[in-house]
Amino acid sequence: MRMLPRLFFRRRRYDDISVSIREHIAERIDELTEEGMTFREAEQQTRREFGNVTLMEQRSREAWQWAALESILTDLRFALRRLGNSPGFTATVLLTLAIGIGANTSVFSVINSVLLKPLPYPDSGRIAALWLDAPGASGLANFSSGLQMSPSMYLTFAEHNHTFQSMGIWVPSTANVTGVGQPEWVQSDVISDGVLQTLDIPPVLGRWFTRTDQDPHGAKTAMLSYGYWQRRFGGDRSVIGRAIQVDAETRTVVGVMPRGFRMGDQDFDLLLPYALDRAHLKLAPFCCNSIGRLKPGVPLALANADLARLLPVWMDSWSNGPGTNPHYYERWRITPNLRPLKQQVIGNIGNVLWVVMATVGLVMLIACANIANLMLVRAEARHQELTIRAALGAGRARIARELLIESLTLGLLGGILAVGVAYGGLRLLTAIGPADLPRLSEVSLDARSLGLAFMLSVLSGLFFGSIPVLRFVRGRSGITMSQTNRTASAGRTRQRSRSVLVITQVALALVLLVSALLMIRTFAALRGVRPGFTDAAHLQTFSTWIPDQLIGDSRMVMRTENNIVDQLTAIPGVSAVGFAGAVPMDGNDPNWDQILVEGKSYEGTEPPIRLFNYVSPGYFNVMGTHLVAGRDFTWADIYNLRPEVIVSENFARESWGSAAAAVGKRVRQFTKTPWQEVIGVAEDVHVHGADEEAPAIIYWPAMLYSPYTPTPTVSTSRYATFVLRSDQAGTSGLLNRAQQAVWAVNPNLPMASIRTMQELYDKSMARTSFTLVMLAIAGGMALALSLIGIYGVISFAVTQRTREIGIRLALGAQKNRLHWMFVRSALRLTGLGIAFGLAAAGFLVQLMKTLVFGIHPLDPVTFIAVPFILTTAAALASYLPARRAVSVDPVQTLRAE
Amino acid sequence: MAKNPNHRDLFPGALEVMILQSLRAKPMHGYALVKHIKQASDNLLQVEEGSLYPALQRMLREGWLDSEAGISAKGRPTRIYKLTEAGLRHLEKEMVSFENMFTGMARVLAFSRL
Repeated sequence: MRMLPRLFFRRRRYDDISVSIREHIAERIDELTEEGMTFREAEQQTRREFGNVTLMEQRSREAWQWAALESILTDLRFALRRLGNSPGFTATVLLTLAIGIGANTSVFSVINSVLLKPLPYPDSGRIAALWLDAPGASGLANFSSGLQMSPSMYLTFAEHNHTFQSMGIWVPSTANVTGVGQPEWVQSDVISDGVLQTLDIPPVLGRWFTRTDQDPHGAKTAMLSYGYWQRRFGGDRSVIGRAIQVDAETRTVVGVMPRGFRMGDQDFDLLLPYALDRAHLKLAPFCCNSIGRLKPGVPLALANADLARLLPVWMDSWSNGPGTNPHYYERWRITPNLRPLKQQVIGNIGNVLWVVMATVGLVMLIACANIANLMLVRAEARHQELTIRAALGAGRARIARELLIESLTLGLLGGILAVGVAYGGLRLLTAIGPADLPRLSEVSLDARSLGLAFMLSVLSGLFFGSIPVLRFVRGRSGITMSQTNRTASAGRTRQRSRSVLVITQVALALVLLVSALLMIRTFAALRGVRPGFTDAAHLQTFSTWIPDQLIGDSRMVMRTENNIVDQLTAIPGVSAVGFAGAVPMDGNDPNWDQILVEGKSYEGTEPPIRLFNYVSPGYFNVMGTHLVAGRDFTWADIYNLRPEVIVSENFARESWGSAAAAVGKRVRQFTKTPWQEVIGVAEDVHVHGADEEAPAIIYWPAMLYSPYTPTPTVSTSRYATFVLRSDQAGTSGLLNRAQQAVWAVNPNLPMASIRTMQELYDKSMARTSFTLVMLAIAGGMALALSLIGIYGVISFAVTQRTREIGIRLALGAQKNRLHWMFVRSALRLTGLGIAFGLAAAGFLVQLMKTLVFGIHPLDPVTFIAVPFILTTAAALASYLPARRAVSVDPVQTLRAE
Repeated sequence: MAKNPNHRDLFPGALEVMILQSLRAKPMHGYALVKHIKQASDNLLQVEEGSLYPALQRMLREGWLDSEAGISAKGRPTRIYKLTEAGLRHLEKEMVSFENMFTGMARVLAFSRL
């Protein structure tokens, strides 16, 4: 710390020294003149005694200097001046570095924020997502993450466990809020006691839910998110205690959660307490997201064992209704499978991010190799100067330091620009917001990312600086000062370091191009998958939810939805309308359950669990889902509650051998429910994305007798996603008309999840297209950079060998053979690079296994095409300089020296 | 940079002690210091200006001395150097070590004369 003020007050010190010395000299002259000398003699005598006054002053000043630093500063100033003298070189290097380091920094920021940083909850490492495995429930493998907990299970676990500090369940839902301006559909989470305690973020206003809020007969309460509070209530602090209408029920606002608080990775507007009615709880349904905060020091394994112990207790405490076997689920072989909440939130995005990180890292290496090449050329140009300085006594270390300072300066300047690039890149990224990137809102440029940028700047500076240094230091012994090097072709050693760089570049470029091509092939394969619907850009979807409190009677709900269909059909330009419980790729699965095929024996085994959807007449028509056999539902079928179903083609084949054979066959859900006739077979639909197998789907009519009630009760899906086929899909004009159509039927119904099928389709491809774009950019850059590298090396070699070429030509060498000579040397380097690259790529693509679709990671097309492309490009890049050299008149060449 | 106390050059060390001891009597400017040391040593010691000024600056940096603007006996502007607390402590420590060294050297020299 003493260094800084010293630097500031130094100028005053220097003045002091000068004043002191001046006075000293004057006094000495006075003394000598008093002794009888003339002034002139006295002055000469004094000067002799003092010697070199400037040197004395300098020595005195040095007491205040940090010698090493000062001379480094001098070198720095020199380096900057030299860089300023070659703006072309400097700009190229800085731009390359800015982009290279910037890309690395921004990708690392994403990795850091998404994968590395803990979740934004206190002591978040102790929060676990509670999941179960049920290997005995066949078909359950379709659930990507396992089995969720049921409310009864939660109560058993929460009351009897020894390993959790708190535990809670929640169900993401939606709610119609009315009475505050226009009716609005908001994202709500129905949460039990323990959820907020587990996440442990205090409310910014009011209080958390407590156990009393959970009482189904108690007062109705609600909590707001910060965003909703600001948006709807203008941040009014008197909102606590205010009554709002949620799904036609009056609720009191008791609290507001702080800004940035999310449920895992989900945004929400409203929190509603989960009204658990013990008297009516059953073992099923397994519907709930569950989290728990482990007691300090409890490992997941111990908590798993604790919950496993409680599963029999759960089955003893509850049942699925009279006459059912509460120990039925023993067949499912349920085991707890807890995982850290962070893992749950991040999902499988880590893989993509690491591949992208590796990619930009490789591009950085290639860029560094190119810069190193440029530095070598510069060092070559300074060879004479450095040699002379060495001959005059400059130490190796001194010269090496100077070269390194130059490259470090470049590195750091590039790093500073890179931070700007990274900042811009992240702004862009968050603006585009690639779908399915979790924790996007938390992405920022923090100290760790800046640290990485700094580290990369220094490392790259050292890397591309050390190459000319090594060359210089090693080469020094053999240095000749004569400029005209009479050796016809400068020795192989001079070329070697550049050749190594080119081989490295080709190898790295090959890896990147292979990855990029794999993703392109994957993308093409995905585009080739027929998703089960047509012309997605012309399909407009939106959802409505009709709560019990708004319309109680199921038939009336059906009538309302039917009326909406009619109103929508009347909109000009709309050619077809239908609705379903869920549309493909919207992330919703309306239901999963077992299905029994008539005539098939399930002795000793469980009937597999199938995906259910609930559809209106015309739904298949509007989606463009082809009916392979049989017919669609009619409104008459629906209103008469005819026991009919439509099944997917793969289910028909599996159960009856062919689609045509399925029509007229019967299925049922439970042994006590009536048989349902298969009236149609729909083509397979990739509802979970083009890269996922199309699951077997049972399509039920939108209104049916519920199999889940003890006595037959009519049930209608109150959540409906409407689909309109129109050329104007996605336009506000169509949406306004649609909104009017819905309000014409019921003014209390808001529209939500307004999307076109194209958006859903693109979103399901987002991971692939994001990876594809990143890899394609990186691969393109790598190809360009390594071609520049090859071109540079060959042109340099050609320049070095001009005299040799002249001699060869004069002696009658064929031009073609000379061309070939250069191209061959380039191809040798490329060949070596390809060999190394193939080995590296074969290893690295294993990382991408989960990202490719429809092709093998060692896809032969890719692994043949890329080396071919690289070889061709390298041949071209070397042919151009070779042709230039050979076209020179040999006499000219020889006379040149 | 940092001074290694185990490896000291006799002469700079001696110069510093003499400067400190001289300034202990009263604050002086550079010329006066040279004069003082010359007179006090009965002309046996002549401080070279080339060593004096760097030494003064080193001592200022170490905090043993302080300097302030002043006027020489002849009325010219100059800088007057004076001893600080730290300088005094350093001087006393050095005096002891110098005396030990002189005693030791005297004994060794006396021994070899035998």
